[in-house]
Amino acid sequence: MRQIDPDFLALPLRRLADAALQRARELGAEFAAFRLERVRAETLRLFDARLEGSSDADDLGFAVRVVKNGTWGFAGGITLTPEAVAEVAAQAVLVAEVSAPLNREPIELATEPVHEGVWVSSYDVDPFDVPLRDKVALLGDWSSGLLAKGVDHVSASLMQVKEQKFYADSAGTVTTQQRVRVHPALTAMKTEGSTFDDMRTLAPPVGRGYEYLTGTGWDFPAELAELPDLLAEKLTAPSVKAGTYDLVVDPSNLWLTIHESIGHATELDRALGYEAAYAGTSFATFDQLNTLTYGSPIMNVTGDRTADHGLASVGWDDEGVQGQRFDIVRDGTLVGYQLDRRMALMKGLGRSNGCAFADSPGHPPIQRMANVSLQPAENGPSAEELIAGVDDGIYVLGDKSWSIDMQRYNFQFTGQRFYKIENGRLAGQLRDVAYQATTTDFWRSMDAVGGPETYVLGGAFNCGKGQPGQVAPVSHGCPPARFRGVKILNTVQEGGK
Amino acid sequence: MTPQEVVERALALPGADDRVVIVDEDTSANLRFAGNTLTTNGVARGSRLTVISIVGAGTGVVSRSGVTPDQIAGVVGAADQAARDAQPSEDARPLVAGDVAADWDRPAEETSIAVFRDLAPALGEAFAAAEAGGRRLYGFAEHLVNSVFVGTSTGLRRRHDQPTGRLELNAKSPDMTRSAWVGAATRDFTDVDIAALDATLAQRLEWAKRKIDLAPGRYETLLPPGAVADLMIYLYWSSGARDAFDGRTVFAKPGGGTRVGEELAKLPIDLYSDPARAGVECGGFTVAHTSSREQSVFDNGFTLGQTKWIAEGKLANLIQSRHSAEVTGLPETPAIDNLIMEGPAGGKSLEEMIAATERGLLLTCLWYIREVDPQTLLLTGLTRDGVYLVENGEVTGEVNNFRFNESPVDLLGRITEVGAASQTLPREWNDYFTRTIMPPLRVPDFNMSTVSQAN
Repeated sequence: MRQIDPDFLALPLRRLADAALQRARELGAEFAAFRLERVRAETLRLFDARLEGSSDADDLGFAVRVVKNGTWGFAGGITLTPEAVAEVAAQAVLVAEVSAPLNREPIELATEPVHEGVWVSSYDVDPFDVPLRDKVALLGDWSSGLLAKGVDHVSASLMQVKEQKFYADSAGTVTTQQRVRVHPALTAMKTEGSTFDDMRTLAPPVGRGYEYLTGTGWDFPAELAELPDLLAEKLTAPSVKAGTYDLVVDPSNLWLTIHESIGHATELDRALGYEAAYAGTSFATFDQLNTLTYGSPIMNVTGDRTADHGLASVGWDDEGVQGQRFDIVRDGTLVGYQLDRRMALMKGLGRSNGCAFADSPGHPPIQRMANVSLQPAENGPSAEELIAGVDDGIYVLGDKSWSIDMQRYNFQFTGQRFYKIENGRLAGQLRDVAYQATTTDFWRSMDAVGGPETYVLGGAFNCGKGQPGQVAPVSHGCPPARFRGVKILNTVQEGGK
Repeated sequence: MTPQEVVERALALPGADDRVVIVDEDTSANLRFAGNTLTTNGVARGSRLTVISIVGAGTGVVSRSGVTPDQIAGVVGAADQAARDAQPSEDARPLVAGDVAADWDRPAEETSIAVFRDLAPALGEAFAAAEAGGRRLYGFAEHLVNSVFVGTSTGLRRRHDQPTGRLELNAKSPDMTRSAWVGAATRDFTDVDIAALDATLAQRLEWAKRKIDLAPGRYETLLPPGAVADLMIYLYWSSGARDAFDGRTVFAKPGGGTRVGEELAKLPIDLYSDPARAGVECGGFTVAHTSSREQSVFDNGFTLGQTKWIAEGKLANLIQSRHSAEVTGLPETPAIDNLIMEGPAGGKSLEEMIAATERGLLLTCLWYIREVDPQTLLLTGLTRDGVYLVENGEVTGEVNNFRFNESPVDLLGRITEVGAASQTLPREWNDYFTRTIMPPLRVPDFNMSTVSQAN
């Protein structure tokens, strides 16, 4: 296992934590937590094999969060001295005091065992140890290869993040963590007559290091070799006839449908209305726990903070709760929500399942998504076998456009590639396809899921939620799955053309 | 050290042919509430040093937060090394020349939790009134102040202080089946009238007591200024000159070039940005922390003035840097942090437009707006927090929500009425863009693609 970087451990972590927690206690806080974070992010963007822009930025700072007289108070700072930290702790207490007249629900937290430990995510090569020129050269070579095969333009990007976090609270928990994630992506573009289109690699972002670009976890050369021909076929493909079709959805597309229609819908803060004015609420209201038929009986969904290479995997969350795996949908029925410590206690659900997360030192933790994943069927079919069970349908690969309403009922998704399925076989690509459904109708129409060998972890770096806005990385694993009778739109017709 | 001293020290170090130094000082305060009670709150402070080093035609950019005086040389050294390692930058050109601005020496402005000293009690009263009136209030108040200091090795020194405030208020009935929303953009919260906003919410919840089911279809629709802002911001973000020139956007001309000069709207609509526009004032010079399709680090300090994107209904300019202007042959028109849309003089208020409507839909706002097809800029999204039926000049009830599929570019050509413009807060994009002045619009055939069960 890799170790946490020495220069982070060399910061006066415990001394600063002691100063914050002591000051908060002196000022009467019932609970206090200190979090010091360094988030480093490097992004490269190439266009037509030339470096167009790069940024290498970090965010180093700390936060103090308190409960004073039953009200939250939060303050963040950047000066890493005990005196400055104590002052910020006092600000957090002041914020709680100023806010108290607005608070009608006293804050209490579910109990959690005291933890002391270190956790580092699974990766081999720290991407920040690789020279910029090597990364630019690799992306440039890949881009040149696509241009040489007749595409008009290529954009390439590589996002890399290293997140280091120290946490200590007044209960005695002290944890230190480091995790790394990367997301390489290439998009080929081409014009045919008066039509232009593009196609992006399906390689998902992952909780891995630079080894992901050099053969571990994804075969980029193989995917890139196919991209120009696939794009050329897409440009001349027939436009879809709007109607109702059976769908087989590849994990490269289904992860996003899971994210939007299950992941967000089973966040308890949404179900309870805390996101009502912004991200929205959820049709999966708390009174339906253990009774709502979310999907067909073959639907089993877990939340998981422990998945290897998962983007939302952690040792402990930002309330000091240990990472866990838990059921959300079992045999088609809603059986669980994603929780933080306050909501777990409020709703009598016992221990939090560890879903509190802050994206930076300047933001408070809010309830954020675990790696929410659709489980494969034991001895389940392959994608080809799923396709063989469709007479007139569409096979969907890759994510592109997505949108869902504020209660997670009505969604519409497009993709990178759509293939017509005729009598159990693929019959060429289609253009201008979007699928549109209501969440429970869609998941109840699922009549088959693939086996364990078809399971793939997809995901995103940038799930947005909360005010002030926060972004969080999250993975979603799933096999391919088959859905019956889904509404398909022709996007050109939708545009009135 | 002051930000100005940080800039000078970073510029004075040897190791690069040229250098741009940007210091951002940020402070923020926020209150969030739900169900007539506070949920989260906070204050935060940030400081960021960005060093852009130029060695030959290579560029290196390194940005670090919380930099102490003894760390400045390390950040500069890292940027210099990145520049030496870099390929020649396509956008390389002489840095913008300039002198020291008269306000350069002023300290950075700040905000604190005290900015809510009047707002917090007013909210508390609104919570009590809502509780008594059978309403639940949800929402968010935030105040940010960014002070940015830009210095270059060519002698240019510019600074700008940008206050950004926003308030969102969402009222719901206790059973959550009725919902209404209002928002306000502000510089300092002194102009925010909570009681008046709450009264608007109460009226809209009353409208929503009569429910009417409507099927999907194309309806005459009144878009309020906030909804117009969300659609026009997406159009603005999609108007990069380089992407259009490369044939990748709705503003690409088939066969090559851009659609600049082409008529987009039959009505004489102007869509423009103006850093000096009262109420939505913003920075008057370019600040670019990294280069991209639309901006260049070499343009830091470039003076910005009023820029028409659409003039009298015709596409007039596209967003671009000095570099891409050379490529496209179009004027140098970098992005500006506000957006204004206006129609012919004498436009009606939204209330007057409602009164002049025989049968149509009145929207509150649009949500979850995403691009479906870049060729037409077809967008999808949802109506949210109140779609009202207008009959014979009056609101007669609330209809269900819809998913829409519409292109703001196509829509410009179908608008039949442009109302009087006013400052508004966009709903979808106010995390990123708050400074807008927009009119209400009448669209004869807005495409409501399907019904959303959400309320």
